[in-house]
Amino acid sequence: MIRYVLNKFIFMLISLFALVTATFVLMNAVPGSPLREEKATTAQIQKNMEAYYGLDKPLVQQYGVYLEKLAHFDLGISMKQRFRSVNQTIAQSFGYSLRLGIVSMITSVLAGCALGIIAAMRHRKLLDNLAMILAVAGLAVPSMVMAPLLQYLFAVKIRAFPVTGLHGPLDYVLPAIALSSVSIAFIARLIRSTMIEVLSADFIKTAKAKGLPGHLIVWRHALRNSMLPVVTYLGYLTANVITGSVIIEQIFAIPGMGKFFVQCVIDRDYPLIMGTTIFYAILLLASRFLADIAYLFVDPRIRISAGRMGG
Amino acid sequence: MPSELNLNADSDASPDRFRKIGRDPKRAERIARKSLSAWQDIRYRLFANKLALFGMYLMVAVVLFAIFAPLFSHYNYFSNDLDRTNQAPGFRHWFGTDDLGRDMYVRTWKGAQISLFVGVVAALIDLAIGIVYGGIMGYFGGKTDEIMNRIAEVLYAIPYLLVVILLLVVMPPSLTTIIVAMSITGWINMAWIVRGQIMQLKNEEYALASRALGAGPFRILFRHLIPNAMGPILVTLTLTVPGAMFTEAFLSFLGLGVQSPIASWGTMINDGVKAMTVYPWRLLFPALLLSLTMFAFNVFGDGLRDAFDPKLKK
Repeated sequence: MIRYVLNKFIFMLISLFALVTATFVLMNAVPGSPLREEKATTAQIQKNMEAYYGLDKPLVQQYGVYLEKLAHFDLGISMKQRFRSVNQTIAQSFGYSLRLGIVSMITSVLAGCALGIIAAMRHRKLLDNLAMILAVAGLAVPSMVMAPLLQYLFAVKIRAFPVTGLHGPLDYVLPAIALSSVSIAFIARLIRSTMIEVLSADFIKTAKAKGLPGHLIVWRHALRNSMLPVVTYLGYLTANVITGSVIIEQIFAIPGMGKFFVQCVIDRDYPLIMGTTIFYAILLLASRFLADIAYLFVDPRIRISAGRMGG
Repeated sequence: MPSELNLNADSDASPDRFRKIGRDPKRAERIARKSLSAWQDIRYRLFANKLALFGMYLMVAVVLFAIFAPLFSHYNYFSNDLDRTNQAPGFRHWFGTDDLGRDMYVRTWKGAQISLFVGVVAALIDLAIGIVYGGIMGYFGGKTDEIMNRIAEVLYAIPYLLVVILLLVVMPPSLTTIIVAMSITGWINMAWIVRGQIMQLKNEEYALASRALGAGPFRILFRHLIPNAMGPILVTLTLTVPGAMFTEAFLSFLGLGVQSPIASWGTMINDGVKAMTVYPWRLLFPALLLSLTMFAFNVFGDGLRDAFDPKLKK
């Protein structure tokens, strides 16, 4: 079991290192100096600026300094917003994204499970078909269509919810739905297909034979065994939420990290791009790592044979 | 006591209406159902699935319109007509016009061209790399498999979208960049599918026979094993397309992908969102088409997967 966790942890570090290195190489492969501007600056000012950002040193040394700072969670200084550190900027915007992200992850899991269980229990009946049509539609309608649609219908036409911003609890409803619709659909399909298989297993027949009522069979026996793929999916759910939040935050004008990540990409603010990318990467890799560990608790089989886990 | 059996009064199930047939050896050997080859069976089951069939028709329709609609229109996708901006859908402009007076009908189908092109090319690149990489992993096994698999795992762990956006920062925004960026980590899924298939197939008799006849590993792999693994490969291919289309629309929506005046569903949706309250049709058509196309590919891919899955055979 310890070997399994260690194995996963080392993988996470290698992936992170590869990404950090790739980011560094890519950002330095861009021709021209990031500090050059339209404004004419004297050679001395140029030099001072380069020294300020550490760009006067050889590339290998820059890389070393970068890694060292990173080890202390120091992501550097923004180039476009002078004298503001990347850490500050992330700290300011991440709160919004985190809150929205958590709300939509909870929504995804709860709604997805509910839909999937209903579909599996009424397999090949009306409710099943309805739930699955809903799920396929949810998968097909991408967030950049879903978000404006919800905004138009429920905020502009009906005026039930605020159009933009993220202040009160009502503000969360539309962005959270738009952000989780794809994940709800995905989880519903996962749960349905595993649960249909689980429901025909022998131990379910035993439970039925000993007289356990239907809802208890699902709750105590079937659900737990159907949760496995969902737990694996949780790591990817984080990725989905992050990807989605980039768009949702644009549309609902939420000053979160996604909106600001796109802005820094458009601005070509290299330290910010690097910083945000690495921050996102840590977030994603850590959540996948946690999902792997959660697997241990849900599936006792791994605890016993925690040796090889490839593919 | 059959005589006391309480039969219905109007039933005429009297013993003389029955006849003993006995055993007919010819009849026992008779083939009751028309014999179908594997591909015929798959086609039959795919076509029996109404939703998948609907998805297929939808796919074909979108492809045909994407190719022919811009050809048979008086308008093109880039010419401005500043006298007719933001026209509602009507006889002149079937889908209306945008803020520069460009015909939305032609632009929407031009967007379909871009979207389909990106989706199909990205899927084909994934296919090419995935088959070779996965084939080698699966066929040679052992240390080769171990090392190649580790490399793939590390790459797979790197968040896909971050790589795409990073590359877009460095390379000029164009279709090529988008496709290259998507292919960097996109092939891994396909490689794993192929690997799993090859590992199952490589010890089949026909592969052994081929080896006994002196065929080299690559001949066995590409002439015998890959064609037999085509089912799961096709399914993965179909399901890759909507993902790639989404990524293109996503990047274009954020202004990182295809640049104006080239029409892309992503950029058109972005423009449409801004004008949504006043000119809703500018959002409606590209959004509807993107969703419908992704729906079609998803549904068709699902149907294909079910058709290939022998466990679901009735």
